[in-house]
Amino acid sequence: MKDAEKDPCAHCEEMMQPYLDHILTEDERVEAEAHLDECDWCRRRFRFEESLRVYVKQVVAEPMPDELKAKLAALRIPLN
Amino acid sequence: MAEDATRIATEARDRVRFEEEALALADQVFRVARHLAGSREDAEELVQETYARAFRSWRSYTPGTNLRAWLLRILTNLNIDRGRRNQRAPQMQPLEANDYYLYDKLAAGGDGSGGPADEERVVERLSQDDIVAALSAVPHDFRDVVVLVDIGDFSYQDAAQILDIPIGTVMSRLHRGRRILKRELADTVLEDVT
Repeated sequence: MKDAEKDPCAHCEEMMQPYLDHILTEDERVEAEAHLDECDWCRRRFRFEESLRVYVKQVVAEPMPDELKAKLAALRIPLN
Repeated sequence: MAEDATRIATEARDRVRFEEEALALADQVFRVARHLAGSREDAEELVQETYARAFRSWRSYTPGTNLRAWLLRILTNLNIDRGRRNQRAPQMQPLEANDYYLYDKLAAGGDGSGGPADEERVVERLSQDDIVAALSAVPHDFRDVVVLVDIGDFSYQDAAQILDIPIGTVMSRLHRGRRILKRELADTVLEDVT
């Protein structure tokens, strides 16, 4: 609580990851949302983080090469 | 005699089912493996070794449990064995910045219009190459967790079981790993500008 009084945005930054992971306690969540409601500066940074996570997941996705798929299928143990 | 034949037939059926289910997950396994391993080639080898081992030890999989996590557990163990072997350079203390650092760097390098930045546009200033390179620069211990949770969509619990570490360690590594990744990204972007 002392931190929040000192610098509410720094405190909000600390809560960003757990907030987006949905692991804050109910009280903490309410506190974070109250700050976000009135602070455009933090709200942008939260939105950015959310977009970043989605974007990273999308751009790093590489489809599996077809040859690899065939190699894996060939590893199956034949029935005898 | 007839009972034996039935048992053998049942086992064959179970094994075929296991193999088919495992193969159906190969795309997802590869997607995660690609970033746990240092390169595409390493990832391909790793996935092959994983499936070879999985097909041999299919009996130790408990049907009805999370097969994707089971496969990834084999894969990360193989990867850790390898990683220790070909550790490239002695690992430096990773640099970490606060959570807002990357946004501040990216938004500052904006189009200068001064208007409200659209956060989704800001994200797009990062290229695919930047992100792949930054991710591979994150040290193993942190990267494993970030890749499993943020790219592979595994729960903390699954990640803890896959890596055989306590859930609290998953959470702290994830938190730090994301910060290290963002710091790496910020550095890449700054290099591009200069």
